[in-house]
Amino acid sequence: MNRTSSLADAELFSTPGPNAEFRYQSWGRYPHVAHRHVRKVFWRDQLPELLERAEPASLLPYGMGRSYGDACLNDRRDLLDCSPINRILDFDWPTGLVRVESGMTLGELLKVTVPRGWFLPVTPGTKFVTIGGAIANDVHGKNHHRAGTFGCHVEQMTVYRSDIGPVLCSVTDKADLFRATIGGLGLTGVIGWADLRLKRIPANVIEVERIAFKSLDEFLELSNESDQEFEYTVCWIDCLSRNATRGILFRGNHVNKNLPPSSKTHRIPIDCPAFFLNRTAVSLFNGAYYRLNARNAHSSFVHYDKFFYPLDSLLNWNRLYGKSGFVQYQCVVPHGCVSLVRSIVEAVSNSGQGCFLGVLKAFGAIASPGMLSFPRPGLTLAFDLPMRASRTAALLASLDALVLANGGALYPAKDARMSSAMFQASFPRWREFVSFIDPKFSSSLWRRVTPE
Amino acid sequence: MVLGATSGIAQALLRMMASNGKELLLVARSQERLDALRTDLLARGAVQVHTFEADFVSSQDLVISFAKECFPDFDTLVLAYGTMLDQSMCQVDPEYAIRELQTNLVSAVGLLTRFAGYFESRRSGTIAVITSVAGDRGRRSNYVYGAAKGGLSIFLQGLRSRLHPFGVRVLTIKPGPVATAMTASMSKLPMVESPEKVATEIYRTLESPGTDVLYTPQRWRWIMAVVALIPERLFKRLSI
Repeated sequence: MNRTSSLADAELFSTPGPNAEFRYQSWGRYPHVAHRHVRKVFWRDQLPELLERAEPASLLPYGMGRSYGDACLNDRRDLLDCSPINRILDFDWPTGLVRVESGMTLGELLKVTVPRGWFLPVTPGTKFVTIGGAIANDVHGKNHHRAGTFGCHVEQMTVYRSDIGPVLCSVTDKADLFRATIGGLGLTGVIGWADLRLKRIPANVIEVERIAFKSLDEFLELSNESDQEFEYTVCWIDCLSRNATRGILFRGNHVNKNLPPSSKTHRIPIDCPAFFLNRTAVSLFNGAYYRLNARNAHSSFVHYDKFFYPLDSLLNWNRLYGKSGFVQYQCVVPHGCVSLVRSIVEAVSNSGQGCFLGVLKAFGAIASPGMLSFPRPGLTLAFDLPMRASRTAALLASLDALVLANGGALYPAKDARMSSAMFQASFPRWREFVSFIDPKFSSSLWRRVTPE
Repeated sequence: MVLGATSGIAQALLRMMASNGKELLLVARSQERLDALRTDLLARGAVQVHTFEADFVSSQDLVISFAKECFPDFDTLVLAYGTMLDQSMCQVDPEYAIRELQTNLVSAVGLLTRFAGYFESRRSGTIAVITSVAGDRGRRSNYVYGAAKGGLSIFLQGLRSRLHPFGVRVLTIKPGPVATAMTASMSKLPMVESPEKVATEIYRTLESPGTDVLYTPQRWRWIMAVVALIPERLFKRLSI
């Protein structure tokens, strides 16, 4: 029962237990931080008191910790773990409008909505993120060319602030706070709930086609053509093939067909040793993956889980990268900068650092309401690299220079190391954003990219 | 019908019941929380969800009359409320210890006695009560809570025997430590389980007859069996 009111300040926040240090990290497991206090929040009615009692610039809401770098971390300060605030507050099945609390994961929501013929209007590559996290990072998916970002489908939401209490905001009402909160990295207050406009689907299956390509020009042509007729398009590219940029384009549409979900999940039992992801092993994997998909180039029917969340069945795949963790690099460059994408892929390939998840996609022109939203028209490229201290840092810094010179941007949700100059160039509206930050909120990422 | 519906275990259990299309009646102390839970359960497939805001210590008669009004023929009662006690406070503040015993033991005895008559005349149904493994033996670190839960478990043993001739089942549920709001401020609990895992086991047990006492997760049955075997002469020296 509710005892919070009788607790002294010291007890209001629990110190993280023996497992908390392990638990409250980010997905890339780099950087490794130590939080001062972690407070689990179970009900929205607990928020006002927690916010009121907090110190200035001390808090950050935390959901599933699926940001790769330090956007979800708050080193030596406090976290509010909001994942237990996860209920559906309202739903209208005829129109597909749901009101969901911010801690609910996309996967939990899909479990409820898919049998009723509704899907997420936009979904990232994992369903283990919360609604709050999806808004705070303004995530995108394989249908960006059709649907824009996640934030485009939020009709209104409540943001709990330490200074002015809970605020209901939308594009028409308190629009500034609404725009700041979408892509606002959790800094503008705690999102309590959001109204989400879902997307009608006939059934749970995606018809998917795989097409192999052997150069970036071929990719562009394929991608342009596919965007006309397919709801979802995305490419896997081999960042290690020395000659031409080869890859596989996946494109798909919802179809009227049902398949049982495959509920099999696996775990990586240990942190893989550092030598596991060496260049040879990853090259072999990439080559095999390419040939396997190139051979199966016909269309097939797959359950949405398999199409959108292939890695979710390997629950903690981040352990493949060993104890020192990994970084993901995701940039967007304006349309027409194909040679820049080629240079980046070549630089990664020549660096000899094992990299097996290269993803390439053309963003569309639909603008997000978010002030610090990352997606913008152009090509986006993302890949993982094992964190090997200065070697990785030097490679990525050289890529930053290329991206910056061409007017590109980096994605904060994936970032653990970009410079403040890089961030500020990527998000020219950051100064305007500052005035919407809740005075009691801060994060490791924010302190890194906006040093006093 | 679930008393203490907004507790962590109850909420997870209710979600399972909802997705199996049950009619539910929730009682808890906060209407605001009940409202949030109610819509969530309806979205997940519950056929009907009634809510009632009540204090279990002071308004017991209201709870039972409300239950009979909503569902004149409800078949399952789950009692899931409780508070985690601060042992150090129990040792210095007798008022606190007594109040916590009121909540965790006395009020439960009051409610169960009121509902026992209903089930007796109905001649079928299930009463399930969440107690705790902490009630199996008094330990230095948690004996007032243990006394409340242990007392409740013993009360249930008798109630089970009393209602058995009437075809009424009494299920004692003894969870180990579960990651809920009740335990959120405790940092060094061993083998903490998720409320979903525990709720799955409880739901399965409710749906299949037979079990009288459920340890969940099941390993606690063997752990507590071993703990119970330690001679008192030795046990009093242990700081667990």
